[in-house]
Amino acid sequence: MCGIIGFIDRTKSRMDGSSIKAALSLMNERGSGDGAGYAAYGIYPEYADYYALHVFFDNLGEPKTKVDEILELWGEIAHQEEIPTTPQPGLKKVHIPWRYFFKPSKDLMTGRMDSEKDVVTHIVMEVNADVKGATIFSSGKNMGVFKASGWPEDVGNFYRIEDYKGYIWLAHNRYPTNSPGWWGGAHPFNLLDWSVVHNGEITSYGTNQRYVEGYGYKCTALTDTEVVAYLFDLLGRQHELSHEMVVRALAPPFWDDIDRMPEKEAELNKAIRLTYGSALMNGPFAIVVGTDNGIVGFTDRIKLRPLVVGENENKLYISSEEAAIRVIDPEVKNVYTPRAGEPIIGRFTE
Amino acid sequence: MKTVRIDAKGMHYTPLNQKIRSAVADGAEEIIIDNVLGQRFIGDGVRGDVRIIINGVPGGDLGMFMSGPTCIVRGNAEHAPGNTMNSGMLVIHGSAGDAVAHSMRGGKVFIRNNIGYRGGIHMKQYEVEARPVLVVGGTAHSFLGEYMAGGLVLVLGIGKEKAMTDRGIGSGIHGGEIVIRGEVDDYLLGVGAKKFEFTEADLERIAPIIKSFCEQFGYDSAEFLDTNYTRIGPASSRPFASKYVWE
Repeated sequence: MCGIIGFIDRTKSRMDGSSIKAALSLMNERGSGDGAGYAAYGIYPEYADYYALHVFFDNLGEPKTKVDEILELWGEIAHQEEIPTTPQPGLKKVHIPWRYFFKPSKDLMTGRMDSEKDVVTHIVMEVNADVKGATIFSSGKNMGVFKASGWPEDVGNFYRIEDYKGYIWLAHNRYPTNSPGWWGGAHPFNLLDWSVVHNGEITSYGTNQRYVEGYGYKCTALTDTEVVAYLFDLLGRQHELSHEMVVRALAPPFWDDIDRMPEKEAELNKAIRLTYGSALMNGPFAIVVGTDNGIVGFTDRIKLRPLVVGENENKLYISSEEAAIRVIDPEVKNVYTPRAGEPIIGRFTE
Repeated sequence: MKTVRIDAKGMHYTPLNQKIRSAVADGAEEIIIDNVLGQRFIGDGVRGDVRIIINGVPGGDLGMFMSGPTCIVRGNAEHAPGNTMNSGMLVIHGSAGDAVAHSMRGGKVFIRNNIGYRGGIHMKQYEVEARPVLVVGGTAHSFLGEYMAGGLVLVLGIGKEKAMTDRGIGSGIHGGEIVIRGEVDDYLLGVGAKKFEFTEADLERIAPIIKSFCEQFGYDSAEFLDTNYTRIGPASSRPFASKYVWE
């Protein structure tokens, strides 16, 4: 189970979080109250040049001191604060959600790392693997993830999600089946500007995990979906594949389908399958990924999970259920079920 | 005619289904439900010959275990309408999601437009008269009639160049039949499925179903009674015997 929604306004017109919360709550049946979360893009325009690091702290003593020290080794913190929350009767606050607006500084990077994004990735991996009592669960620019163990409405109200306005929204209602329901295990999973919501299981998780760990990523969230964020970062950012090609690598056509393709297309697809065999994801999944220039939705190759797409002018919606889309937009048009493995891509028009 | 009208706006499916059941118990002949949005299990287990009109998009498992009623949906449907339905009719004036008519045991499911993956999965039949029927006006995605054990799936491909372009048709089928308008490419057949000749007798057999479908959606049935169909059924009565039996 699990319920997912992705939304993009291609003109970057921003929508507050209240309707996405209502849409996710409509799919309460798809969750078990063990996790829900939201990702919103465009919410921190005043700190657009800074990486917004969202952190779960067990306490503000030693774990926070260690994170502060790591950040100071690499750059400057423009601002930091506890993420505003409102207590909810149905939600136990087991972590303190904190945010830093952080930027690696050129001087500190010289001779150590070339790219800001490599620095931030390094910090996320180091904190999540080595600092007890701290988990960085969101690290993109002008975006943020808000998640916890609880029902969609409680988690939304806890973070006052209606106070944020974004041009991309992802939301997830969790029904954990084979991994613990803890705050860090709720979706979306994020690294840099990549955020992932997922319904299903990645049964190839072991293979995929070993593959990304070969490139320095560390899987610490105790659940499978995390690896999808790292696969997108590796293939999409480091290897510079287009979103279409990343999906082709993760959910490629079957060999006999490739045999029926025109020669040039068949060659390309063979090359992708051979190069990225260890990135291929098996098992049932419907996924929506948020990125710095749009959203990408896709399912496993034999479509074992639902996914519905709808459009209305500049808005594109991808969800587990059509009714959830209609909660946000009763006038939605062109509603359809995409094909297995077919990438559904919504990009900004500007 | 005794009509009951229910406004389902913002209502959870439990009170909604309670209202439907009490209306049926009170002798309602027609129940009109407005502002339906995502409520699951509508009409589940309801018996009798009541007519239920659903304005909106009902949630999953519409008409599950239903025996007798006719549900007319003015909108699309989500996953598995007609799941394990016994008898009666679902008429959907739109498209539906995956696993339409899942494990259906009798009655009719008519979809005006398209359906998602695994339509008619596990459909079965016990007697000649309890033969489930799924008719799709548009097209269906992969694994149509997967593990099918009985009944009829009919795809008309209205407005399509080819009625079916997705693969895995009749994957694991061991009973029943899948009838598709026009030609079907061999590579679209699933494991254990085989094409059979579509005869005049076959057309005669399915003609009442085609007429009934056309009547619901206001099509002229003549066009569908003078055309070619492809009939797909199990390659053998036990296509997977060797997978489960060691001798």
